[in-house]
Formats: sequence, C-alpha cells, structure tokens
Amino acid sequence: MSVPLPYYLCLSALLFTIGAVGVLTRRNAIVVFMCIELMLNSVNLTLIAFSSFLQDMTGQVLVFFVMAVAAAEAAVGLAIVIALFRNKQTVNIDEMNILKW
Amino acid sequence: MAHELIGLAIILPLAGFVINGLLGRKLKSEMLIGIIGSATVGIGFLIASYIFVEMLGSPVSERVHIVQFFPWITAGSLSVNVAYQVDQLSILMTLIVTGVGFLIHVYSIGYMRGDPGFWRFFAYLNLFIFAMLNLVLADNFLLLFLGWEGVGLCSYLLIGFWYDRKFEKGTTGDAAKKAFIFNRIGDFGFLIGMFLVFQTFGSLDFRSVFPEAAAFPVGVPVITWMTLALFLGATGKSAQIPLFVWLPDAMAGPTPVSALIHAATMVTAGVYMVARCSVLFALAPVTLLIVAIVGAATALMAATIGLVQNDIKKVLAYSTVSQLGYMFLGLGVGAFGAGLFHLLTHAFFKALLFLGSGAVIHALHEEQDIQKMGGLKSHLPVTARTFLVGAIAIAGIPPLSGFFSKDEILWKAFSAGYWPLWIAGFLGAGLTAFYMIRLYSLTFEGKERWGQGSHPHEAPLTMTVPLLVLAFLSAIGGFMGIPESLGGSNALEHWLDPMFERANEILSTTHTGGESAEYVLMMLSVGVALAGMFFAWRWYSKESDVPQLLATRFSGLYRWLLNKWHVDELYDATVVSPLSKGSETLLWKGIDVGVIDGCVNGLARLVAMVSRGLRVVQTGVVQNYALLFVVGVVVILAWIIGA
Repeated sequence: MSVPLPYYLCLSALLFTIGAVGVLTRRNAIVVFMCIELMLNSVNLTLIAFSSFLQDMTGQVLVFFVMAVAAAEAAVGLAIVIALFRNKQTVNIDEMNILKW
Repeated sequence: MAHELIGLAIILPLAGFVINGLLGRKLKSEMLIGIIGSATVGIGFLIASYIFVEMLGSPVSERVHIVQFFPWITAGSLSVNVAYQVDQLSILMTLIVTGVGFLIHVYSIGYMRGDPGFWRFFAYLNLFIFAMLNLVLADNFLLLFLGWEGVGLCSYLLIGFWYDRKFEKGTTGDAAKKAFIFNRIGDFGFLIGMFLVFQTFGSLDFRSVFPEAAAFPVGVPVITWMTLALFLGATGKSAQIPLFVWLPDAMAGPTPVSALIHAATMVTAGVYMVARCSVLFALAPVTLLIVAIVGAATALMAATIGLVQNDIKKVLAYSTVSQLGYMFLGLGVGAFGAGLFHLLTHAFFKALLFLGSGAVIHALHEEQDIQKMGGLKSHLPVTARTFLVGAIAIAGIPPLSGFFSKDEILWKAFSAGYWPLWIAGFLGAGLTAFYMIRLYSLTFEGKERWGQGSHPHEAPLTMTVPLLVLAFLSAIGGFMGIPESLGGSNALEHWLDPMFERANEILSTTHTGGESAEYVLMMLSVGVALAGMFFAWRWYSKESDVPQLLATRFSGLYRWLLNKWHVDELYDATVVSPLSKGSETLLWKGIDVGVIDGCVNGLARLVAMVSRGLRVVQTGVVQNYALLFVVGVVVILAWIIGA
C-alpha cells in the first residue's frame, strides 16, 4: 500500500550524492549553492521517511527547523554571492581563492 | 632620661629628607630649604650634646644605654630590633656626624646657591646624615649594615650630583659608579662577616655577641675569617689598600660632599666599625696585624701620590686616604682610642681643608688646578688663614690637633714593637707636611697664575663662618687628648677606655719605652714635619726651579707617582678588562647570543619551517576544503561502520 522505507532511503542517498558531487565539482557559485540545498533536502527526505516509518513526529518537526534555517541560509548565501559578483564580476569559485597565506 | 631623645636626633634628618625631597621643588626659597636641612641636623647636634653632657655627669658604669624602638625582623632564631646603643663611642661619633655635618650644611647654603638641584642636594645630605646616624648608633650588625648601605647610596647620589658634567675621561656618573662598585666589593666582605657572626654566636646584637666572643680563645680560625671579612668591608668604605681608588674619583661631587662624606664622616665608618668590633679583632691577632700593615702601607702610599697631584681636591683626597691609613694603623696596633682620636681631629681639619678648597674653587669659577692658582691670600684672607691652620694641623705641628692624635698613633705603634710600621708612618708624616704646605703655597702664595677674566672674592658669611669654627676646632681639638707625658690627662682615650676594656684585656699589649723615648719620637716627628714644611715652603711659595729639576731628574718616579702608582691601570688590566672582555666574548656573544638567543630564534625558525610545509594545504579554494571534509567524513564513517 505504501512505498517501503528503503526506496526513500535510496532516493535520499542518491540526491545527497548528486548534491555532494555538485558541490565538489561545479565552478558556478549559484550551482554549488543549489547543490547544498539539494543535500539539505535529501536529508529532510530521510527524516520524513523515518518519521513516517517510526510513527514519530519528531522527525517532521526537525524538518521544519531545517527548512527555516535553509531559508535564512539561502538569503545570506545569495547576498554573499551578489556581493562577490559586484566585486569580481564573476561567480566562478575557482577565482575566489584570496583567503590563504 | 636624655638618651631616649636619640630617636628624635635620628628621625629629624629623615624628616628633613622627606620634606625637602618631596616639596623641595615647590619651595621657592633656597633659604627655607637650607634652613630645614641645616636645622634638622643642628637639633640633632644639640640633642647629642645634651646626652653627652648628661653622660659626663653619670658614673662610668651607667653610661651605656640601649634605646629599643621596635622589632624589625624576626625569623627563626634571628631577631633584629631597631634599637640604638648610646654609649661613649657612639655619642662621640654622633657628635662628629651632627656637629661637622651641621657646619657643612650651613656652608652648602652658600656654596650651592643658585644651583638648580639645590633642594635635591639638601635632601641627599639629610638622608646621608640619617643613614650615618643609624650606622654609628645601631646596636646590632644588621642595623649598622643598613646605615652602611645607606651612606654608600648617598655617596653615590652625591658624587654623581652633577651627573651631566664631564669628569676626567667620563662623566661624574662614572665616578659615582666606580665608588659604588668598590663599596659593593667591601660590602660583600661585610655581609660574609655578618653571616659568620650570626653562625658563630647566633645573634647579631652587639651586647650579646661581644661578651660571648670574649669567651673564645685567641686566634680561633672562625673569628680570624670573620674579622678579615669585616675588614674587607672597612677597606671598601674607608678607602684602604686594595679598595682605595674610588675615593680620589669621588671628588667629582660638589665640594661640601667631599668634606662631609669623603673626609669627615662616611669614610671613617670603617674605622668606627673596627673599633666597635674591637673584641673580635683583639681575638684575631693575624687580622690586627693585617689591619696595621694595610693602614701603614696606605698611609705612606697615598702620601707619596699626594706629593705630585695638581688638582686641589685630589691632593686632599689622597691626604684623606693617607690619614685613614693612620687610623687603621692605630687600630691595628691595638690603640683603638688613638685611632678614634685621630678620626675626631681629622674630621675637623679635613672638613676645614675641603671647605677651604671649596671656597677657592668657588672664587675661581670651578678652577681646580693648583697650577692655575696662586697669590689668593690677599683676595681670600679668611679662607687662606683657616686653610693654613688646617694644613699645619694635619702636618702635625704642636699644639694643633693633628700633632697629638698622629703622634699618639705613632707612639703606640712604636712602643708596641711595630717599629717598621712606625717608620712608614713617620715618613708619611713628613710627606704629609710637605704636600699640605705645597698645596697651601701653590694656592695662596706666590704669583697670581689665574686668568685675567676672574675676579676672586671672599666667600659669603654662610661659608666663612663654618670655616672659622672648624679652624678653631682644628686648632684646639687636640687638647682633648694631650698625652700624660706632656702633662695632659689623655681625656678622650680615658673617656673611650670602657669601650675597649675587654679588647685591651685580651690583647694585653705591653708598651715598652718610657717617657724619654716618647719625647724623642715626638721631636723626630715634629722635626720631619718641619723639614717637609720648610722644603715645600722654599720650593713652592716663590718661583723656584727645584720641583721642575727634581721632576726631570727622577722623571720615572715622578710619572709613577703622577699616575698614582698605576693602580687604576693595574685593576683595569687584571680585573676590569678581563671581566668586560670575558663578558663580551663569552657571556654576551657566546651564551647570550649563542645559547639564549639561539634557543629562542631556533624555536621560531622551527615553527616557521613546519608552517612553510603546512601552508601549501591552505589553497583558498573552498572546494578543496569541502573535498577534504567529505573524504574525512567518509573515512570516519567507514571506520565506525567497519568497527
């Protein structure tokens, strides 16, 4: 009747891996940023799945927290990206390497 | 009871120091500062006189008083009180310190007039008097040492008083440091002596140490070492061989300082200390012999140097060293009373001579070279006459004071069987007479050799009155101790006798030779003094080529004396330069630069090296960090799951 738990977990793992690989390989800051969102949401999916599987509302509550934090983080992150773009006329993160010795 | 007032006499100069030291800059009136400075010492003198008079009126057995104030240090078995011992010896010293000190304070009002450091000068002088009174009145070694260090400090401060003035090869500050360092060497000896006293007797109080010491047999090694260490302290403070070279350089200070500290009072501290510890020294015949030999050698050596010096204060400085040598000669042959008698008369005439030289220097605008003086007698009549009195007194011509005290020492040395020391003292007496009259003649007699620019004039009253008082004391001071053979009563020595009773019992020196021998010796020493005076007068009061002739004839000897026996150079070569070279090459360039700096810099270099390797990891590319982060998470997860 319902989709079994491993399906959710596999999907979630897949999404997380895509996000992680995106973060590590893409050069465009916006894309990297969206990949981070993807990772966050894959974790949310896991939480929902377990919440439903275990009949425990705690997981769902935690998801709301994660979404709220993600929204705030998105605002700050986009602001940083815009500020960077204004300074360097690019959002290629390979060129953002001035924070070193 | 009068003796309890002694605390007031001690604390007043300290109060003067505090007032002048803290408020002096604000007090606009020099007169006020001078009066505060002088009055505190003058009241001390009145108190001391009062105590002295009362002591005169009380029986001999009731003349020693201990005035307790408060416990100072208590640690284990050591307990030291701030307590003062008022007795025949300390009251005599107190009278000298406050009496001569007061006159010199008054003199300084005139001498230091207009000096920007006027208040500072009086503050230091008062502090000096405070320290000196602690030294002479203390009833234990530690309080004595406090005064001992205090006078050393004041000496340092006052030698370097004009710290920016040139002096010989450096500044007066260098002379001050030299004095301080030489005194430190002596102080080291004093400390060792004090430790030995405490270790042996378990106390530092005079009244428990000396009676206990009297029970020891004569010649115990520990007491010999103790007294040798204490005597090293005395050689430092009282400028004896081998530590005398600081005193001539101490003349860099203002002249009243030379008179007060480096002639009349501080430099006699060593003599006082040896006399105070007479019991200990009596128990160590070896030390006493060394004291006598050092004293006689210093007396003769310093006198020879004094013969050829051309700086008016240098001559007086070497004369002081020489006269201090006589005092130690007296102490060394067991004539403690005679040594102190000479201390007293010397305080009078040497303070007088220094103050007189100060008046001359003042009149000639800081000129100190006697070759550029001469003919000042008519310009400075009071100074010239008083100076002559001082010169004759020190030369040892009766009935002035120096004759009685010096002859007493020489007679005691001779009659106790130390005739080689007597010869040294006898020769020194002739030389003393010679260089003093040479000094007087070159300064006050003969042609005027000073430049046309200066118009010497007699000093103000504040300066001449102390000169007159001191001249009076120099003239009559000897009557306190006319020997029995001359129909006197030797009053001063009998006054001090109870102080040295125990020491004399231990020594039990037998004096040989009767009155006739004493007369002969007196004639001889007066004769040699007169001869010295005669030649000096002949050669220096008028134009004469004899000195020049002698200087060229014996040029080696002349230069040897002019360069002060090359003692400074000797110390430079044997101590100073090895020390500074060693410090430079080994301690500085070796240990400091090599080891200590090496460790510190090496550590820094090590850190730098490691970080140079590590910093390539910090690329600044966020994705590299993220990759490492992910790899780390994977590894940890793998490890957890694997476990």
